[in-house]
Amino acid sequence: MSTSSDSPHVTRISGPIITASGLAAAQMYEVVRVGASGLIGEVVKLNHGQATIQVYEDTTLLAPGAPVQLTGAPLSVLLGPGLIGNIYDGIQRPLPGIQAQSGAWIRRGEKVAPLDTERRWHFVPVLRAGADVEPGQVIGTVAETPLVEHRILVPPELAGTLRHVAPEGDYTLLDPVAEVATAAGPREIALMQRWPVRVPRPIRERLRITEPLVTGQRIIDTLFPIGKGGTAAIPGGFGTGKTITQHQLAKWSDADIIVYIGCGERGNEMTEVLREFPEIRDPKSGLPLMDRTILIANTSNMPVAAREVSIYTGITLAEYYRDQGRSVAVFADSTSRWAEALRELAARLEEMPAEEGFPATLPTRLAQFYERAGSVTTLAGERGAITIVGAVSPPGGDFSEPVTQHTQRFIRCFWALDSELANARHYPSINWLRSYSEYAGDVAAWWGARAADWSELRAEAIGVLQREERLQQIVKLVGPDVLPDSQRLILFIAELLKDGFLTQSAFDDKDMYCDPVRQMTLLRLILNLYLKGRELVQQGAPLLKIQQLPAVPGIVRAKSAFGNDEQAALGRLGAELAAQLEALAGEYRK
Amino acid sequence: MAEAKREPRDYGLQQIGAARIDGPLVVVERARDVGYDEIAEIVGEDGRIRIGRVLDVSDRQVVLQVLEGTTGLSNRATRTRFLGENFRLSVSADMLGRVYDGLGRPIDGGPAPLALERRDINGMPINPTARHYPREFIQTGLSAIDGMNALVRGQKLPIFSGNGLPHDRVSAQIVRQARLIDASVDFSIVFGAMGVKHDVAEFFIRNFEESGVLARVVMFLSLADAPSVERLLTPRMALTMAEHLAFDCGQHVLVLLTDMTNYCESLREVGTARGEIPGRKGYPGYLYSDLASLYERAGRIVGSTGSITQMPILTMPSDDISHPVPDLTGYITEGQIVLDRDLTHRGVYPPIAGLPSLSRLMKDGIGKGFTRDDHPALASQLFACYARVKRVRGLADVVGAEELGALDKLYLKFGEAFEQRFLNQGEDENRPIATTLDIGWETLSILPRDELHRVSDALLDVHYAQGVAAAASAKGDPL
Ligand SMILES: Nc1ncnc2c1ncn2[C@@H]1O[C@H](COP(=O)(O)OP(=O)(O)OP(=O)(O)O)[C@@H](O)[C@H]1O
Ligand SMILES: [Mg+2]
Repeated sequence: MSTSSDSPHVTRISGPIITASGLAAAQMYEVVRVGASGLIGEVVKLNHGQATIQVYEDTTLLAPGAPVQLTGAPLSVLLGPGLIGNIYDGIQRPLPGIQAQSGAWIRRGEKVAPLDTERRWHFVPVLRAGADVEPGQVIGTVAETPLVEHRILVPPELAGTLRHVAPEGDYTLLDPVAEVATAAGPREIALMQRWPVRVPRPIRERLRITEPLVTGQRIIDTLFPIGKGGTAAIPGGFGTGKTITQHQLAKWSDADIIVYIGCGERGNEMTEVLREFPEIRDPKSGLPLMDRTILIANTSNMPVAAREVSIYTGITLAEYYRDQGRSVAVFADSTSRWAEALRELAARLEEMPAEEGFPATLPTRLAQFYERAGSVTTLAGERGAITIVGAVSPPGGDFSEPVTQHTQRFIRCFWALDSELANARHYPSINWLRSYSEYAGDVAAWWGARAADWSELRAEAIGVLQREERLQQIVKLVGPDVLPDSQRLILFIAELLKDGFLTQSAFDDKDMYCDPVRQMTLLRLILNLYLKGRELVQQGAPLLKIQQLPAVPGIVRAKSAFGNDEQAALGRLGAELAAQLEALAGEYRK
Repeated sequence: MAEAKREPRDYGLQQIGAARIDGPLVVVERARDVGYDEIAEIVGEDGRIRIGRVLDVSDRQVVLQVLEGTTGLSNRATRTRFLGENFRLSVSADMLGRVYDGLGRPIDGGPAPLALERRDINGMPINPTARHYPREFIQTGLSAIDGMNALVRGQKLPIFSGNGLPHDRVSAQIVRQARLIDASVDFSIVFGAMGVKHDVAEFFIRNFEESGVLARVVMFLSLADAPSVERLLTPRMALTMAEHLAFDCGQHVLVLLTDMTNYCESLREVGTARGEIPGRKGYPGYLYSDLASLYERAGRIVGSTGSITQMPILTMPSDDISHPVPDLTGYITEGQIVLDRDLTHRGVYPPIAGLPSLSRLMKDGIGKGFTRDDHPALASQLFACYARVKRVRGLADVVGAEELGALDKLYLKFGEAFEQRFLNQGEDENRPIATTLDIGWETLSILPRDELHRVSDALLDVHYAQGVAAAASAKGDPL
């Protein structure tokens, strides 16, 4: 196995980081094959022909002297039809293909192509020969899934005149479907292209965010909305609901494409997505959710170097669909495990650590990742968006640690999960006082066009919850009984808001997805009671009488009792409540 | 696994001398053709053979971690023989009923098992596409678990405990009682002990014996007096054994690992000796990934009828759940059973904390067609009401219980009943799930019906009335 002393070979192995000599010709971030089984690695440091290489697979029993082969290309993903519905590891190896090849276990040196190059896709051209084409322009389409029309694009670095476009018909990913005469000579375009994962794909310009990503989750859409093209972090200790919330968003958000990156988390959680998503129907189209979803699974027990890349693999796939004029939502669970992969690799590289052992580049890396989100005009002049939601897993649930702190600088929407709420099984356990969204203003017009009172109701709800918090400080000291009815009303309404509006079980068939109309109806129901109740209390009605109105218990149950298609029943409940309040008012009107 | 077994070479060749010896580490120079993670035999002047493992290798030197201590090794006389493979365990179903040390050598006087297959103890990651999502409810007979934190077959559910809390008794009771509701298939048990005392190991052995399961148990014992680095291999031995029994022999395997805190301390020791940059509380930065490489070895896979259910036990230093060991464990496992000192003081057994305990796979293993249709709503309501009990108790501490409103007083009463009737049970009491649920309703019915808004009216119509009747008859007073 040993090689002559000047051909590239391994000189040192320390877990996933190895050094090799004889690599004066290597380029930074070039992919290499290591050892007899061709383990995949990437050059991360070069020093006088000595290369430091990050290996994406287990290096057990690899020995100094093992050969290293350069591939000439940076770490890239394959882009083309067949991505949707697939599940990949961190370096875009398809897990179903690995299973077909090796069974239930992932062995080392697995080699499976990311996309099926034998399958034929039905290509429909939209341009003709003779047309001048610019980077990013659509040449033709392929129906990738019933939900996704895949657009075949002129690659970003290419422009010229179309010399030839293939007629409508069935082609493999390798067949050329167009030829472009460029300044540098003729270039063929196939259904598939490559892109290096660490380089953001270009766009024409960034746009202001105006539209919310509607998630069907009340506390998010109403209190802490995220815009299409926005960024959000969801930090929380273990078991507070990061994964479930992200699953909920991946299921119900009104994005065109979902990229879900399971980065250093549990295998079973990915299995659950694989089991559930084909069964769940998209509320808009009625088609299986898997038809718009791509999964990246580099679970906690898979190699840590590939975990570091998985984030880039995912976001590059997202950019490719954005460039086709789609709104894509990316979920990364968990960015902390990704940061830990950075830390582990940095330690092996013997870099100087900054805060808590993380490399000094951590903030830059986080910023670069979240910068790849945005609402944009694509090269082709269409509107596309990438929304990023990253879970953060702070040690001990303490948000003052580096990953949470730095992430907070680069995101504009913060859904802070709270262990105390989670312990009380108040789900989603998003703390309404510590969370915020800077998109509320941006999306107010969109909501206003659908519910004129959206901003007002939102402000009122937040107001009640904030006042309740202050009152609770007093209650903790002296109990609630000393408070006047006007203040106890606030406690009562806050309780209703929590139980009847903010909590939303991911496992309640009727309530897991709450459309915007029902969100507003439920909120109006509670806040009407508040406004009328306040008048009544002022007029001298005891709070108890309001609490005992026959319609009141129904308010809390309404969210689970009446689904999105039972607006009429909700309306009746509202009318009953209004009538009972009116009757009570009658008693106390002078 | 092309690299896993290398071409034959002269393994007899010994390397004489060790350039550096530091804690559990030995550095050998000029060794040729040594692989990362390879194992070696290291012999000192005393002639005793110690097992070592390669942590870092370059063309100049090899860093070895010696598993059985470096006492007696010298720079000059240390001889090292590299064995050409990484750590392996011979596995066969004949190992059931046997006891091994932390490195997989028999210590029960019996012969070494017939080596059918030697397995890499690090295992391989299970492909997520090849997992079966775990869904089969395991009845443990403990209300606190079955009712509110149900365990399913293939789950990894740790016990977070503290020094002096009855985690051993609780886990032994689970081993005795765990059954599927409608099947009579028994569990095989793999028991891995890391750094626990002899009496703890004996407690478990006696328990396995008394409940007649000893013939279905494989034990790997690396007790408190064994060299601490050995513990790093013990859980991997246990899990390699479990994978063979589950996925090759089709058995349902319950893996108990105790005490994971000791395991993590050994990891810290080695990290410190290597001069690594320490993370929180001195534990290495890769503690999460390392623990995940153990805990993720649970579950069910396509093409095999077997399963691995993991129940690791750990003691939280100073009962601190945010300590790195429980914290990172909780981030990997599918929930946690937390034992509570306060409940123990008040005589509640099992002292399973009501709120911080969680089973994440419960939702898919209970309810209609699994346990009973009222189970999910009941559990959710119990959690919500008990959370309120905690708040009311806090208030009562300040203003005095007499000053509480009528409703809050009812909550206190419910809290008492919940702890004494629902959580509390005998060490021999094996409650069927139906009994557990009925007791749950009985305690909830202390509260006014309108308070139970996590339960639908339809379910309340059936169960709330029943609960009231049961609560009344338990007290002996007429309705
Ligand atoms: N919206 C919800 N509805 C119902 N249950 C929920 C909801 N959110 C969370 N849960 C409950 O909380 C449990 C833990 O949630 P989840 O697995 O998402 O936590 P996590 O924050 O991702 O934890 P970890 O960091 O350990 O991965 C779930 O198993 C579920 O029981
Ligand atoms: Mg999670």
